[in-house]
Amino acid sequence: MHRIEREDAPEFTFEFEGEPLTAREGDTVAAALLANNHRSLRTTAVTGEPRGPFCMMGVCFECLVEIDGVANRQACMTEAQSGMKVRRQLGANDLGKGPSFDDDEGASS
Amino acid sequence: MKDHYQIAIIGAGPAGMAAATIAAKHGASVLLLDEQPHAGGQIYRAVKRQSIKDRDVLGADYYVGRGLVTELDDSAVKHITGATVWQVSPEREIGISKDGVAWLVTADQVILATGAQERPFPIPGWTLPGVMNAGAAQVLLKSSGVASPDAVFVGTGPLLYLVAYQYMRAGIPIRAILDTTPKSNMLRALPHLPAALTNLGALLKGQRWIKQLHAKSMPFIKDVEDVRLIGEDAISKVEYRRAGQWQHIETTQVFLHQGVVPNVNLAMAAGCEHTWNDIQLCWRAETNAWGETNMPGIAIAGDGITIAGARAAEFRGRITGYGALVRCGLMNAAERDRQAQPFQSALNGELRMRPFLDAMFRPPRQFRIPEDDATIVCRCEEVTAGKIRESVTLGCLGPNQLKSFSRCGMGPCQGRFCGLTSLEIIAETRGVPVEAIEAMRLRAPVKPLMLSELASLSAEPELTD
Repeated sequence: MHRIEREDAPEFTFEFEGEPLTAREGDTVAAALLANNHRSLRTTAVTGEPRGPFCMMGVCFECLVEIDGVANRQACMTEAQSGMKVRRQLGANDLGKGPSFDDDEGASS
Repeated sequence: MKDHYQIAIIGAGPAGMAAATIAAKHGASVLLLDEQPHAGGQIYRAVKRQSIKDRDVLGADYYVGRGLVTELDDSAVKHITGATVWQVSPEREIGISKDGVAWLVTADQVILATGAQERPFPIPGWTLPGVMNAGAAQVLLKSSGVASPDAVFVGTGPLLYLVAYQYMRAGIPIRAILDTTPKSNMLRALPHLPAALTNLGALLKGQRWIKQLHAKSMPFIKDVEDVRLIGEDAISKVEYRRAGQWQHIETTQVFLHQGVVPNVNLAMAAGCEHTWNDIQLCWRAETNAWGETNMPGIAIAGDGITIAGARAAEFRGRITGYGALVRCGLMNAAERDRQAQPFQSALNGELRMRPFLDAMFRPPRQFRIPEDDATIVCRCEEVTAGKIRESVTLGCLGPNQLKSFSRCGMGPCQGRFCGLTSLEIIAETRGVPVEAIEAMRLRAPVKPLMLSELASLSAEPELTD
């Protein structure tokens, strides 16, 4: 996906999987990730299939990501903020380890 | 922070905004709750921000919403954005969550204006990254000016053509439009055409979108009979069948659409009665002329009742707002009737076109009830059409038993993207009408809630305007 001409909105940087990405004021996390061509944001708990944003209106829960250490945040309902750290969620969460994924489990793709 | 209001309204789309401003104007204390960061709902999303310079891209109908948002901004309505409503109890206790904190308020009158969502489009590969709803394409365009230069639009219905038309106006290339409208729909729609002609302007507008899309040098493929979406880590190819022949288009983006259906989760969980709407193939809330349901003090406005579009939602919002004012003792019935009359006439005008649109864009069976057993129906729990049919042969009677058989409908979306499909599969497999099947029981919390949010219920949040 790409941006078409729009009113000047201030740009800022946030992180996805440790990589700095540019977002514009007013973007949701999902919109900012799609604008940077990240379509796949997690793998499913049952079969490990890849998934990404689908409805963009908070209904389908496909765009769940970890934001600043909190898992299961809806990327399409959360406004992107400067310095935000966003991570993929891979498979089912391990209840024994708390809400965050460890680095060695979450960084691949 | 107040914990009681005369009127609480859930959803700040056209219906919710219209109801809220009418109620506040006549002296009610009004709370308006909405999940989005700005008022407007999906249809008028980000309408005051204008993310795209050229106003012709989104069109004049979109900017109509500015009036409603301005009216709301100038009113005494207490509007809380970014707030998820996870419960409306029969006693009208409303559970709200915002920024990780949950709290409860009560209201004498509640108006549910939760609008519509897109109908599920269960075809092979619809869960692949890069496959989204056409409504999602429009959200990206409206709020961020983000678009795909490689999109294949698949489906039927006004929103599909509108979003493709908006792409065209923005100069974004479209790979193809695959139209799944069955030819036979035209015959069924024809008897409703005279009534629809009373709203000639709207009909001609739709026709203009389609004509201009046809004139564009891209494939506009009609009478598509079947579609499969192919890919490994993301969508890479669309296969489609037309006149018995399979063909394909390579692409990185697909937008699906086959109509919208009421968002019923909150209303059903509150105990509001619903019946099967065989014309729109979804649930319909049972409401009277003032939007009142069987639950005392709970009314519904807008597309949450039946699908009628943005302008109708606005008029229904006004009418429902007047109804609530009478029940609060802030207006007498005669004054209500007098003031609501022009909105009732305008609503009737909007409704005259619906039977034609409903028949013309009725999604065909093969795109509602997947033939291929491997097609995923419940996206959250990854339950296939085959698993649902197998459950029925083992004695599963309806969606509630299906939860025990398969977990279908038990994921975070709570049946929003599988409920209608599983219902129709069960009815067909059992050989009974949908009306004969008990609806999926929906319960609070209707949106997932963190334990820490529940734990915060005892504390009073400090919210500023």
